[in-house]
Amino acid sequence: MGQIVSQFIADYGELLLEGTRDTLIMTTVSTLLAYVIGVPLGVLLTITGPKSILPNRPLNTVLGWIVNIGRSIPFIILLVAIIPFTRLLVGTSLGVQGAMVPLVISAAPFVARVVEQSLADVDGGLIEAAQSFGASNWQIVTKVLLFESLPSLVRGAAITFINLFGYSAMAGTVGAGGLGDIAIRYGYQRYQYDVMLVAVILSVVLVQVIQSFGDWFAARIDHHAR
Amino acid sequence: MIQFDHLKKSYGTGADAHEVLHDINLTIEDGEVFGFLGSSGAGKSTLVRTINLLERPTEGKVIIDGADVSHVSGRDLAELRTKIGMIFQDFNLFQQRTVLRNVTFPLELAHRPKAQRIERGRRLLRLVGLEGFEDRYPSQLSGGQQQRVAIARALANEPKIMLCDEATSALDSTTTVQILDLLRRINRELGVTLVIITHSLSVARNICDRVAMIDGGNIVEVGETAELFANPQSDILKALIASANEQNGRDEETVERAENEKKGR
Repeated sequence: MGQIVSQFIADYGELLLEGTRDTLIMTTVSTLLAYVIGVPLGVLLTITGPKSILPNRPLNTVLGWIVNIGRSIPFIILLVAIIPFTRLLVGTSLGVQGAMVPLVISAAPFVARVVEQSLADVDGGLIEAAQSFGASNWQIVTKVLLFESLPSLVRGAAITFINLFGYSAMAGTVGAGGLGDIAIRYGYQRYQYDVMLVAVILSVVLVQVIQSFGDWFAARIDHHAR
Repeated sequence: MIQFDHLKKSYGTGADAHEVLHDINLTIEDGEVFGFLGSSGAGKSTLVRTINLLERPTEGKVIIDGADVSHVSGRDLAELRTKIGMIFQDFNLFQQRTVLRNVTFPLELAHRPKAQRIERGRRLLRLVGLEGFEDRYPSQLSGGQQQRVAIARALANEPKIMLCDEATSALDSTTTVQILDLLRRINRELGVTLVIITHSLSVARNICDRVAMIDGGNIVEVGETAELFANPQSDILKALIASANEQNGRDEETVERAENEKKGR
């Protein structure tokens, strides 16, 4: 048994380690970039809403459309459809870099909705209180909406990260590598189920760890009454 | 001094317009405790919110210390609001901030230096009787303590006016009395003009120098509290006093019965 394991590690250890690294890099960087685009979008969606601090129906409607369209395109279609755009942006449509562009574009509208949901849970009374002390709209966004919803935003980020973790498996089709790609290539195409199984187990473990860390961290910084 | 001059407020426009305040004229003097009494939907919250322009008057003026503030905006509005503190029925404390950082929030908005914020925050917490609570979070406090934090926060900018929107409605009767005592002290010692919104006759009687009875978007009567309650003119205030007396009678009966039962045992 020990011999089988050490042989497996010798044969596939490096491959799986590389896959894990690629998946984590792809997922982490695209989550971060998706938040760079998604947070301002989510904030705009929230504050231009009918009862918020800068109601603007046309802008709110248009943003809503953009976000919905972005969210309704299946990732695998988006991946192929925007290849010219991806090349323009990062110079290649292949590899980790090439996969990151569609990952970010598909996650940003999702992040916008997740952020909007978190901000919607902030009590309107807190906004009124801040206004009564002379807060500007910018201060309300940063010091009330975003600050008060921080635990909820952290939970949303864990969900986004895990979503992208799943999407990144499909990025293998453009040669980006990663655990999902390994599982498909070795399991589905070459019938090497042992490699596939280990890749899947690694994915499961990583997702569990990330979710647990997200929950733990959110609970730690959450001071709301239960 | 706060003056309402032919103030009207409507929601909606054109055919959908719906007037909720009709031609309000009133003067609140510096240093007094002035109460707006009325049932929910009477317009008292809307009226008081025109003082710090959380609600804009549709017509007429709000005049504070001689200056018409009805149209101020931007920096001037922020400046005006720093002179007017406000507390709320549900306290509206920031859950993710400690007690101290709640109190210093208005100073943070005004970009005051940190050392000054902390020094004043601690002093205000001492004033409201919450020394040592600096690093707690609102969720760890009782309702009365939370309202004390809110009062300290409202005083952070050393305002001349404080608006109290049903500030004791979420509190039990003992805590209500304590909070009203604190508000009275702030009025006397710091000379802050208090504008009280309440639906409770006993709150109005307990703390207000003068009371305006609001009904259907109109001030139906105004007067010195004791005088007004001794000799109500409007049907609505008469009815309110009658039902309060009845309620008191019932409460006394309940207490009597409870005491008799105790004796019987």
